[in-house]
Amino acid sequence: MKKDPSRRKLLSMGAGLAALTACTAEKQEAPSQVGKALSPYGERSSRETAKRLVPADSKTPSTGGSRTPLQESYGTITPSSLHFERHHSGVPDLDPATHELLIHGLVEQPLVYSLADLKRFPATTRVHFVECSGNGTSEYTAALGPTAQVSHGLASCSEWTGVPVKLLLAEAKLKPEAKWVIAEGGDACKLARSIPLAKLMDDAMIVYAQNGEAIRPEQGYPMRLLLPGFEGNTNVKWIRRLHATAEPAQTTHETAYYTDLMPDGKARQFSFDLEGKSVITHPSGGQKLTGGAGAFEITGLAWSGRGKITRVEVSSDGGKTWKDAELNQPIHSKAFVRFRMPWNWDGGAVTLQSRATDDSGYTQVSQDELAAARGRNYRYHNNGIKVWYIQPDGSVTHAAQV
Amino acid sequence: MLLRFSFITLLACALGFGQGRIGRPAPEERIKAMDITTMSNGAGLPEGKGTAAAGKSIYKEKCETCHNEKLEGREGQYPGLVGGIGSINTPKPAKTVGSYWPYATTVFDYIRRAMPYDQPGSLSSDEVYAVVALILSANGIIGENVEMNKTSLPKVKMPNAGNFVPDARPDVKAKR
Repeated sequence: MKKDPSRRKLLSMGAGLAALTACTAEKQEAPSQVGKALSPYGERSSRETAKRLVPADSKTPSTGGSRTPLQESYGTITPSSLHFERHHSGVPDLDPATHELLIHGLVEQPLVYSLADLKRFPATTRVHFVECSGNGTSEYTAALGPTAQVSHGLASCSEWTGVPVKLLLAEAKLKPEAKWVIAEGGDACKLARSIPLAKLMDDAMIVYAQNGEAIRPEQGYPMRLLLPGFEGNTNVKWIRRLHATAEPAQTTHETAYYTDLMPDGKARQFSFDLEGKSVITHPSGGQKLTGGAGAFEITGLAWSGRGKITRVEVSSDGGKTWKDAELNQPIHSKAFVRFRMPWNWDGGAVTLQSRATDDSGYTQVSQDELAAARGRNYRYHNNGIKVWYIQPDGSVTHAAQV
Repeated sequence: MLLRFSFITLLACALGFGQGRIGRPAPEERIKAMDITTMSNGAGLPEGKGTAAAGKSIYKEKCETCHNEKLEGREGQYPGLVGGIGSINTPKPAKTVGSYWPYATTVFDYIRRAMPYDQPGSLSSDEVYAVVALILSANGIIGENVEMNKTSLPKVKMPNAGNFVPDARPDVKAKR
């Protein structure tokens, strides 16, 4: 192809004119600087500030929980570094060269597995949320969480890789009397929970990887039990022992704690499933709509321990009317789902809330409806609707009047 | 006999028996060392014994800093171990070992595996039985001189026994 000389001339003239304009009108940009060198393990920008909320005044900082900044999240995967924590005696420093998982009790052949042994099995990878059943405890009372991190931050979602527990139990050969398995962690307090055998034979996994790398120490390094959709405490971290039994052991964390007291004095026990739940992360408490009335996007997260989220509805009139939000694909079972809805803010006070429905047909209800059925001492398993209030100045709060 | 067993084992290995299995047989000593499960019927409780009287000095040395002089807890962060009996079905329930926990074996299990907070797993079986006896006695559940051991402990009836019921959810249906 022949070049067109007239066209070339025109182009070079244009470039010259542009350069002349730049020189006369604006000060020239500073010369570029070569950036930082290659690095073996990445870090986020020093300008980013999203972080876990760690209780400031704890006298026992190795026990308690830190919360995921859901209001600063995108998509559905929680960065491993921001995954919520709930420890009962701190994060142990376990060596994968010596740590082993023991399977014993009502089995024909007690077995041990090192991390290397587990990696010889075909690996299974799935996306699942983990949520502490105490997430939202304060929402039963008047102490409503001022941000999504405070009210819902004991929930996170990761891509997990490991081995189905049923493959390990098949090797150990369960005796017919086995109905429960006591799962025990290798942390200082040897946290223990009784798990129904049916769950372990269903979708339970021993996972050793999270979001494409080895699981973080805070999440159970080198291996943890993952029980998709079950309350977080049963997903025993630093797993070291699975003890097959005929009955539950009645450990502290399934009697004194993680049980829900009803007004008549009866306490509900072994409440494993985390019911359908959602929270609007934008606009949410502590944020501010800037630039005045007009177009904004409402977005948030929904999840259910019973299966797939099928629908999320949003109300901007205090629950009088509801509109279906769009759900980002793909939708995984027992995983975070991102919902979105374009929205036109009229610049006035708005009461904003979302409610999730899952494929079991369950739909979230209000805090008041939950309290009417359960009282206010229920403590765990609070999946009530979260309400945000937009003030005329654009600020978002957890109470109608501030 | 021993010779014959070894021969069969050798033969099994040579034939590749068990080749498909990845897990390695767990030695009995290993299981014994790791197995600290205590069942509510008392299965798994170790030998040993203790009374409230013996528990007092252990409590003073290892528990009092957090749980306080009279086992009442401290500063809202360290749970109280006594009181609240009869409050569980009221609007202001005080959940303690005495008022809420349904099984005495759980007290043993938890102290053995998780207490004292800064040195979990450091107490001997006698020390755990003694501290359990002290807590039960301070709640008026057993007498001061009653010995706790693997036979007597599972027989202790806790005030709130029988008040735990299975999960009843989904319990609230949305109105549309």
